[in-house]
Amino acid sequence: MITLTHYLVLSALLFGLGLYAVLSRRNAVAMLMGIELMLNAANINLVAFNKYAAPGAMQGQIFALIVITLAACEAAVGLALILAAYRRFETTYVDDLSLMKW
Amino acid sequence: MTGEAIAFYVLAAITLASGIVVVTSPNLVHSAVALIPALLGVTGVYILLDAEFLAGIQVLIYAGGITVLILFVIMLTEGGTGLRVRQRNEQGPIAAAVSAAVAALFIALAGRTPWAHGAGTLPSYTPGAIGQSFLGPNLLLFEGTSVVLLVTLVGAIMIARKEDGA
Repeated sequence: MITLTHYLVLSALLFGLGLYAVLSRRNAVAMLMGIELMLNAANINLVAFNKYAAPGAMQGQIFALIVITLAACEAAVGLALILAAYRRFETTYVDDLSLMKW
Repeated sequence: MTGEAIAFYVLAAITLASGIVVVTSPNLVHSAVALIPALLGVTGVYILLDAEFLAGIQVLIYAGGITVLILFVIMLTEGGTGLRVRQRNEQGPIAAAVSAAVAALFIALAGRTPWAHGAGTLPSYTPGAIGQSFLGPNLLLFEGTSVVLLVTLVGAIMIARKEDGA
């Protein structure tokens, strides 16, 4: 029998993986991939609560859809920023991108 | 063990195993490609949770769109696969400890909290219910998201555009 707790544990582990990528990776693209994993963990939580805690309402799935949309926005703008930074500084490694102004 | 349990454990194993590859692989292209099975595993979890419409959107946007975008940027920047460059900073052990602590905290909280069981049942046809909800009680949310999408489109083009002489 799969309960709500199973999904919450899966989501917590996925979130931990994403957090580790964001904290330990040097490449900005790899950090973005970690953020995607964390957003997916949050989405699993939203949909699981929708099914187990409030099955009559659709709010969990609605919020998950909004999160997916905003994740697409975040990926587009984030990757555009990485490209712009790469054009100016010729690196995508965040510990080399230490200047606020060139 | 029921079919649901088997499906859940298989999907969780796929998701977490590919997630570990995403996080640890020294080759950036391997990371980006491993993101696809991780996201498809999450898609399977959505189907287990009776969110079929969300599963379709996940495949379209995440597995189809975002991973391709990430692969494009990896190819466009000079590092390429990044095999010749050190991929992690000096904070690896601290990062691992913090992530493990956060995950353990979440798991402990999820296990200890007595979750309420709400009344009602999921609608049998979720896409219809989602559409009704988006054009009914959640109309403002819907319109706000469309504005954010438009601003993102313009902003991404503005930021990524080649500047003359700069």
